Amino acid sequence: MIATFRIPGAGRLKQAETARFSFDGQLYAGVEGETLASALLANGVHLVGRSFKYHRPRGFLSAGAEEPNALVEIKRDAARKTPNVRATVQELYDGLTAQSQNRWPSLAFDVSALGDIASPLLSAGFYYKTFMWPKSAWKNFYEPKIRAAAGLGVAPDQPDPDHYSARFAHCDVLVLGGGAAGIAAALAAAESGVRVILADEQPDFGGSLRFESGAKIVGQDGFAWAQGAVAKLGAMDNVRVLSRTTAFGYYAQNFVGLVERVSDHLQSPGRDLPRERLWQVRAKRVVLATGAIERHIVFADNDRPGVMLASAARTYLNHFGVAVGRNVGVYTANDSAYAAAIDLKKAGVGVAAIVDLRDNPTGALIDEARALGIEVNFGRAVIRAGGKLRVSSMTVQPKNGGGERTIPVDAILMSAGWTPSVHLFSQSRGKVAFNDETKRFVPGTYAQDCVSVGACNGTDGLSATIDEAYAAGAKAAKDAGVKNIGANTVKGTKPKVDASESWSRGMLGAAPGAGPDTTVKAFVDFQNDVTAKDIRQAVHEGMRSIEHVKRFTTNGMATDQGKTSNMHGLAIAAETLDKPIPQVGLTTFRAPYTPVTFGSIVGHARGPLFDPTRKTAIHPWAEAQGAVFEDVGQWKRAWYFPKAGEDMHAAVDRECVTVRKTAGLFDASTLGKIEVVGPDAAKFMELLYTNPWEKLEPGRCRYGIMLREDGFIYDDGVVGRLAADRFHVTTTTGGAPRVMNHMEDYLQTEFPHLNVWLTSITEQWAVIAVQGPKSREIIAPLIEGIDMSDGALPHMSVREGRICGVPTRLFRMSFTGERGFEVNVPADYGQAVWEALWTEGQNHGACAYGTEAMHVLRAEKGYIIVGQDTDGTVTPNDAGLDWAVGKKKTDFVGIRGMARPDLVAKGRKQLVGLKTRDPKVVLEEGAQIVGDPKQAIPMTMIGHVTSSYWSENCGRSIALALVAGGRDRMGETLYVPMPNATIEVEVTGMVFFDEKGERLNG
Amino acid sequence: MLLIRCPYCEEERPELEFRNAGEAHIARSADMAATSDDDFEKFFFIRSNPKGIIYERWRHMHGCARFFNAVRDTVSDRFLMTYKAGEPKPAKLPGASE
Amino acid sequence: MAKAAANKIAAPRSAERRPVLAGQELSVTGVTLAVLPPAERISLRAPDALVAALSKALGVTLPQKPKTSAAEAGRIALWLGPDEWLVIDDAGKDPLADCAAVTALHSAVGISHRNVAMSVTGPAAAATISAGCPQDLSLDAFPVGAASRTILGKAEIVLLRTATDAFRVECWRSFSDYVFTFLSEAAGDAAA
Repeated sequence: MIATFRIPGAGRLKQAETARFSFDGQLYAGVEGETLASALLANGVHLVGRSFKYHRPRGFLSAGAEEPNALVEIKRDAARKTPNVRATVQELYDGLTAQSQNRWPSLAFDVSALGDIASPLLSAGFYYKTFMWPKSAWKNFYEPKIRAAAGLGVAPDQPDPDHYSARFAHCDVLVLGGGAAGIAAALAAAESGVRVILADEQPDFGGSLRFESGAKIVGQDGFAWAQGAVAKLGAMDNVRVLSRTTAFGYYAQNFVGLVERVSDHLQSPGRDLPRERLWQVRAKRVVLATGAIERHIVFADNDRPGVMLASAARTYLNHFGVAVGRNVGVYTANDSAYAAAIDLKKAGVGVAAIVDLRDNPTGALIDEARALGIEVNFGRAVIRAGGKLRVSSMTVQPKNGGGERTIPVDAILMSAGWTPSVHLFSQSRGKVAFNDETKRFVPGTYAQDCVSVGACNGTDGLSATIDEAYAAGAKAAKDAGVKNIGANTVKGTKPKVDASESWSRGMLGAAPGAGPDTTVKAFVDFQNDVTAKDIRQAVHEGMRSIEHVKRFTTNGMATDQGKTSNMHGLAIAAETLDKPIPQVGLTTFRAPYTPVTFGSIVGHARGPLFDPTRKTAIHPWAEAQGAVFEDVGQWKRAWYFPKAGEDMHAAVDRECVTVRKTAGLFDASTLGKIEVVGPDAAKFMELLYTNPWEKLEPGRCRYGIMLREDGFIYDDGVVGRLAADRFHVTTTTGGAPRVMNHMEDYLQTEFPHLNVWLTSITEQWAVIAVQGPKSREIIAPLIEGIDMSDGALPHMSVREGRICGVPTRLFRMSFTGERGFEVNVPADYGQAVWEALWTEGQNHGACAYGTEAMHVLRAEKGYIIVGQDTDGTVTPNDAGLDWAVGKKKTDFVGIRGMARPDLVAKGRKQLVGLKTRDPKVVLEEGAQIVGDPKQAIPMTMIGHVTSSYWSENCGRSIALALVAGGRDRMGETLYVPMPNATIEVEVTGMVFFDEKGERLNG
Repeated sequence: MLLIRCPYCEEERPELEFRNAGEAHIARSADMAATSDDDFEKFFFIRSNPKGIIYERWRHMHGCARFFNAVRDTVSDRFLMTYKAGEPKPAKLPGASE
Repeated sequence: MAKAAANKIAAPRSAERRPVLAGQELSVTGVTLAVLPPAERISLRAPDALVAALSKALGVTLPQKPKTSAAEAGRIALWLGPDEWLVIDDAGKDPLADCAAVTALHSAVGISHRNVAMSVTGPAAAATISAGCPQDLSLDAFPVGAASRTILGKAEIVLLRTATDAFRVECWRSFSDYVFTFLSEAAGDAAA
């Protein structure tokens, strides 16, 4: 198809390559470097979408990021489908595939557009009113219907195959916005030698210089000057220039989030490039040069495809070389639309008429328009746009009423004036101030180290803008307070403006013909289909604050965040309330400025980098043996080691039996380990644990309990005293980091007088538990320098020596109730020592066992697991561990909390054993326990099951439970009601195997 | 992300390196076991949670690992100052309006 | 195979050291990552008054200024906190033994196997680390010799700048896979 609206010689894409693309299945040709919007317009396509609520046909309003209407789906492949892409931002590449949204069955004929006819039912606040009756219909009827009809675009249904990267960056001066102001500020800052980042959302720098044909700087066309200046900046070592980069959020202390669109504009991005890169920038000073956004005029049917902002039409012409029509009408309340009319006329486009709301405007642009033979009408309004799928006419009337005249046009270029982009300033918590003379909000009180320059600051005229920006850039660099910059300083001069375009005030609110006495659809917010009438209605229904009006009407709440609509909405509300605009207030601007993909927020943190996966030194061996792993926090732990044909149950049974019959090897490396060193080490241990430590002899171990100050169990573990001033403390696997933090907290802030230091040694030592009657025989042949006899190395002792020729801390301890050892070796030796022990173990029929068997074996002995059998509300007494609390101690963390009235009261839940009447039934962990199963529901629950397993060694199921007054209920029958049956259980002691503990030395 | 000045590292560092540790200047009794129920309640459970100036503990967890104290305005989220653990509550706050 | 062993196999009486990620390297435009060979390391804690005695015993002056390090004959001392240093010996000598000779108050704990070291070198080295480290790594803020505990993505690291374009990254053993993978992905982007 020939691009019939491309104007030979116009625009800046002359050298560009042809790019073929499709829209709704139709093939078109465009030019690389232009936007999808530009390419569609070049092909005469204006109808690109349907509106959200009324499904009205929509075209392009703008040529930039503020676009509310032209949202399309871009599809690269089945997994790369991006909905709600602004066609005015998406750059064209060869093969691009785009689809319209929010229409069925087709864009030109949309069934839901009936909503347009039925629109009285869908007026402001309709969600809150229409669907309220009957009440039951909401869930079954209204909500499903609304959900099906609402929403823009379709979310992709496959994992995102692209990757995203992230970078922290630091600079002295961050300049946001790369128009004339931003470039001038960046030049001044960069010349002083400080670190500068300049970012702009467009692929090309220049901002409004992209369309302002009247700008001349340093003897060049404004846009050409911008390219030269940015090239110069990019070549400087102290400057980073980021194009296609949107500053979406301005956070505390000059922390700004930027998203760089790295490859969305490329035909085949390749694996090397991320799709987007998130920049988290910390800047000493920020210069906001975010420009201004043109406002549309609020008149009847101003949403017809072909009705667009005047500056957009100029951008399409001057930058992309595309005419938006052949016979355009212009509707304006300021001068800048005249410039659009003049540019189009000069390019050979017919300009049917300029309709100006002002009574007697004067100026060079007006004279020039007249000189070009364009019909100019003052004091008149466009009261209606004709046409449906494309604008076909504009109806003009004197603004105070009178005869109508309909002028055929194929596009209407409108301009109500310019709104300074104070979004980022406002996000920085700066307060805007209303300038009554120019009727605009501009930066007022600053909250952070930033400055606004140019149009976003309400500064008019190119010369004034560059003066202000250049000075602000230099000042920002100076204020950044960088010392010794030297090397990067270059001499520069302020760019001289040779010619510029004039600026004039515009209007706010509804135009004549869309006033309070009308019911026309004059859109304020295109994306959310909010009309002037809706806003008035909100006020009539009692909304007074602009925040309420916004939520009631949803004005400004769509993905464009009201970039074009906020000021009009505010003005209409103010007029209806009969209050000045500042008294009605401005809604809060929040991040993100434009939508941000989840991918760029996630960045590198996906797949293997979602979270660290921690593996022990012995992991490769377990993996080679076919172990099944479970996640314990970030750790992968061997869960069980199935032999051929074994399921989990069979493997665990075999492992449990083998440990008690011969021996088993268990990887306990993940246990937290802390070395406590210093002359006051024992004193510190006395304060952090309930147990007494002063008298523990070097070479001996003790099971320690740690409480929080409130008296509840926080952690536990075996502690070995290596020397008078050195303890080797172990913690639970999951508790390691918080126990270390807890201990450091007390040491640094409560007991800083103690001479003791803590070092995490969790990862220094690999730990191999060898448990079972044959354990000593397995270890002994490999040990040097340690007498392993019961006399020399009794249960609960520790020795340092060597195993397989490498250092070891050998603990004699047991978490199975069997004779047991824990062999600590430096981590890099872990696997080799494990293999040596495995070889020896094979001679005795030992097995490797995993965490499941470990859990069963300890439960058979009634050893608790903190965090499973305790839940942060269990005292040592509740857990039957009173013996571990030093009775003569005068202080330790938790000593007072433990004595609180509720913690010593009768009837507390206590840890007990449970045996099911039917030994084959295994209780469910977490199941609730009741005394009388026949009571009415809801039953009084007196406890719950904390641990429950099949014990092959006991030939029955076993369980631990927290039961109110549990230790006084020994032998009592209790009940566990389950969905299918009520299970009868007997309360027992916690030890199910070897009650006398003889096997520790067996 | 805030910047927090660590009094031990003597410079501002990114918030990601820090962890909040609750209200500061709540003294643990030297004779803990003899504390009355009321005093223990105040010590362990009661926190001021002010709108405005709060004295709080932070730990430079992924930096020098020291605990220290900070004065922060809960309304503006601004840190007024930081000081080492064990140092008294500052008598004067820099730039405090309240 | 000894036939008298009656199916019994004697385990070796020596243990091979198997460092994690041994020898892994990655080179892309602008940056090279390499897992460094094992080193001797201690975590050293001591009050101000004893810094001189320990410095003498270790043969390297323990730095007392935050975010700094000192190096001497293959031994580096990194300031990690006001009373905390990481002492790394790449020359095969054991700093733990040197400290054992000092009777003055201190805590020296061997952590040679706890940490894994990687080098990140090349013009894009700082950009690579900046993918996950929020500190300012410009030469002004983080000059050669600067050292700090900090974070990289979701892992804690100790970062040392060994040259204008070179860093040493230390992390705990079980985080090394994550850290190396993170740096590998970041390296690919940093060059761009």
